[in-house]
Amino acid sequence: MSDAAHTAMWERLDLDIEAHDALLAVLGKFYGDIYLAQEGRLKGAEYLDFVLSEVHGLRIKELQDAKAAGKKIVGTFCVFVPEELTLAAGAVQVGLCAGAKAGTELAETLVPRNTCDLIKSFIGFKLARICPYTESCDLIVGETTCDGKKKAYEAFGEHVPMHVMEVPQCKAPCDRTLFRAELVRYKEALEQLTGQTITAEALAEATKVVNAKRRALQRLAALRAAEPAPISGRDALLVNQISFYDDPVRFTAKINELCDEIEARITKGQGVAPAKTPRLLLAGCPMAVPNWKLPYLIESSGAVIVGEESCIGARNTRDCTDETPGNLDAMLDALCDRYMKIDCACFTPNTERLDNIAAMARDLKADGVIHYGLLFCQPYAHEAMKVGKAMDAAGIPYLSIETDYGMEDAGQLKTRVEAFVETLA
Amino acid sequence: MTEYAGLDIGSRSIKLVVRRGGAVASSRRLPTTFDPLGQLEKLFAHGVPERLAVTGYGRELARERYPQARALTEIKAHALGAGSLFPQAATLLDIGGQDTKAVALLPGGKVGRFEMNDRCAAGTGKFLEYTATVFGLSVADFGRLALTGNDAPLISSMCTVFAETEATTLMARGVSPANIALGLHRAVVARTMAMLGRVGLTAPLVFVGGVARNPCIVRLLADALGQEPLLPAEPDLTGALGAALWLETTAA
Repeated sequence: MSDAAHTAMWERLDLDIEAHDALLAVLGKFYGDIYLAQEGRLKGAEYLDFVLSEVHGLRIKELQDAKAAGKKIVGTFCVFVPEELTLAAGAVQVGLCAGAKAGTELAETLVPRNTCDLIKSFIGFKLARICPYTESCDLIVGETTCDGKKKAYEAFGEHVPMHVMEVPQCKAPCDRTLFRAELVRYKEALEQLTGQTITAEALAEATKVVNAKRRALQRLAALRAAEPAPISGRDALLVNQISFYDDPVRFTAKINELCDEIEARITKGQGVAPAKTPRLLLAGCPMAVPNWKLPYLIESSGAVIVGEESCIGARNTRDCTDETPGNLDAMLDALCDRYMKIDCACFTPNTERLDNIAAMARDLKADGVIHYGLLFCQPYAHEAMKVGKAMDAAGIPYLSIETDYGMEDAGQLKTRVEAFVETLA
Repeated sequence: MTEYAGLDIGSRSIKLVVRRGGAVASSRRLPTTFDPLGQLEKLFAHGVPERLAVTGYGRELARERYPQARALTEIKAHALGAGSLFPQAATLLDIGGQDTKAVALLPGGKVGRFEMNDRCAAGTGKFLEYTATVFGLSVADFGRLALTGNDAPLISSMCTVFAETEATTLMARGVSPANIALGLHRAVVARTMAMLGRVGLTAPLVFVGGVARNPCIVRLLADALGQEPLLPAEPDLTGALGAALWLETTAA
């Protein structure tokens, strides 16, 4: 696409062109420093570079073309929104921009200042008119995974068409009943939006597509157990980030190609970091595009990240949905079962997450765990302490970091991460 | 004889320790200022050490200027330095110009669990330096004044700006400067004790960094610990010493 065609499209979406240009310039610089400067990258990373270079270009064009063909675009912020249903309704699902400081002052007119940067980011992107994804959406689906988001959606709903799903906070049978009902309510909202009835056939087909994507990501995650690490944590995070907004069928094919290349690399004993480089598991809050700050600091401190215990990572890909049920009711039950397995910090208790982290650290041969908490994210701040105790009990070195999207603390963070890595070497 | 130079570029001062023949041969200090590279030029006016290890906030900057230098974090450097001076030490406390670090020490000056304040300089040397200026005093005089206090008000804020507001309010209520100063020092120690608790405070504790020169902080810390902390003769030099030691042991 030409620059002029891009700009014309963004103008049609009513973006603030000047502010959007500035955002893309910063993003491009950031991507160059953090991604393109890496050594020994996989050839398959060209796909990631291309997708990122066209993140507000070709992909948006595809969404516009889909809309012109009568499809609806559904925006999300959370792994609880069942993509299976969205696709079964013939709609396109995209994760929305929430990983950069943007329009903060504007966002603070809608939500309190001591709100996490992820929430301020998606509100800021909307109010500052710089996210073409948000502007392309026919419906935005929120969820009640924390008080911050729950209340923010009330204010956000005055600016965008919203549907809020209630996610329960316990996992008792009554909670399953609630979430099962919420799945039906979301299904009905989709049917109303698209004018299409979700059939068993369509849902079965959509489940296959989403599961195939999960399996590709599971395959990638498992390959990272190899020593030396065959892919940088930054690139693997980017793969997971892209999984939220690229076309799922194309994405799955590309990631499987990337995995083929990684397998060949592992056979030759090649990796992105020298043998004996300390291997770290990153656990905690999701890192939405372009929140690459901590992974970059870690990987420029002499360590390599081998896994993401995060919504943009294992929490999103660990479980597949059962494909065997033959009727719609049983399929919805299967969806409910699958989504209620998510070990989100919004649940109480959430002890399975502690077991999952220890298991990931073991399977991926991690030398230590770094927990990333986003400032003002209360659920994960509590769990950071529990994870610390669990890692102590398991004898796994642990560092807990709380930070936000600002760069003021980069120096201090680097010292802490480097000191932690020094203890592992 | 081979020389090993350890350079610690902190937020307030640059420290250099040179070891030769297994002992400290010389040490120097310079203020960091806003031109640390200019200060380094002065420090190394007669030649840059061949074997140089750098630590502290300016370590990356120094490595760009002196590519032969090797870098380590100040957490590891202080632990090695303090561990060599006090092999029995089990916990390390470093209060420097802009941050506080609590480190559980393992045998041989190795780093166990550690905590460090994040972006905010609350409870660090900067906090004391700033609040001292509210009283129109130098940091040294401020510490001495605090020692004369006998009835400290509870200062709840650790934010430098809010603490100043609290201090101003207390002054307006007629609380003596000595007592306010004591309250501010207590606030620093209370915050420090919480951080030490998170790394599993085990005695004995060695106290390093520029703030270890403040007599009031040392006394209050001893009160809180129930025993005197171990204090190096030159507590601000342990980072540079540790860097030199690290070079010496890893070069061998």
